[in-house]
Amino acid sequence: MRYLTPRKRAIGKGSAHTGTHHHWSMTMSSVALAFMVPTWMYLFGSALGQSRVDVVAAFSHPFTAILTALILVIGMRHFAMGATMMIEDYSRGTARKVLVMFVTALATVIAATGLYALIRIAL
Amino acid sequence: MAEVKSSSPRRVERPLSPHLQIYRPQLTAITSVLTRITGNALIVGVVLAVWWLAAAAISDDAFALANAVSTSWFGDLVFLCSAWAVWYHYLAGLRHLYFDAGHGLDIPTAEKLAWGMIIGSVVLTVLTAIIV
Repeated sequence: MRYLTPRKRAIGKGSAHTGTHHHWSMTMSSVALAFMVPTWMYLFGSALGQSRVDVVAAFSHPFTAILTALILVIGMRHFAMGATMMIEDYSRGTARKVLVMFVTALATVIAATGLYALIRIAL
Repeated sequence: MAEVKSSSPRRVERPLSPHLQIYRPQLTAITSVLTRITGNALIVGVVLAVWWLAAAAISDDAFALANAVSTSWFGDLVFLCSAWAVWYHYLAGLRHLYFDAGHGLDIPTAEKLAWGMIIGSVVLTVLTAIIV
């Protein structure tokens, strides 16, 4: 007689060992980005090519600053998780671990740099 | 217990499915792999954009250099490609959400969606270039 339920025996046995957590995180961040990215592209494209004073003025605006911060945090998390998925598909062993660390660090450094810039500009 | 090593002479090198060398490329597969390529390639545009923003925050000299690169032919190329990559990845993401909800998985619909992504991303990129 089996004392464990089928669900209990299945938990943690998927290829990722975290069930659908990764997929659901990507779904949530993709919907968030879908709402934000078109507006941000317009704001960024309008500021690009202008003088430093105008760029600082554009990104000092609360809406632009908050939108940029959200895109940096959510977008870089979305990138790190997507790039990790690609690495896990095509590499293995030590190379996989090093590459996952690299893309995670890259995404974190980009987000931190962007947030630092926003704080200096907007505050 | 005898271990079977991968270098065992009895091991036969059989081709692995899906036999990429003889596999006819299909629209659904190409549009799927392009989703991954555009998503990951977007990091180039992000690095340039964040460098430009950080330079604007730091000093006139830093901004002069970052702005010169960002508005050069190289910057234009990166941002135009990034705009297409964003729109392509955007439409692919919407298709993914539609697939996840259990719709559009039959072949005729999936191929129509694939063409929609290709044509739609180009149209949106042209509109972006005109408006922005």
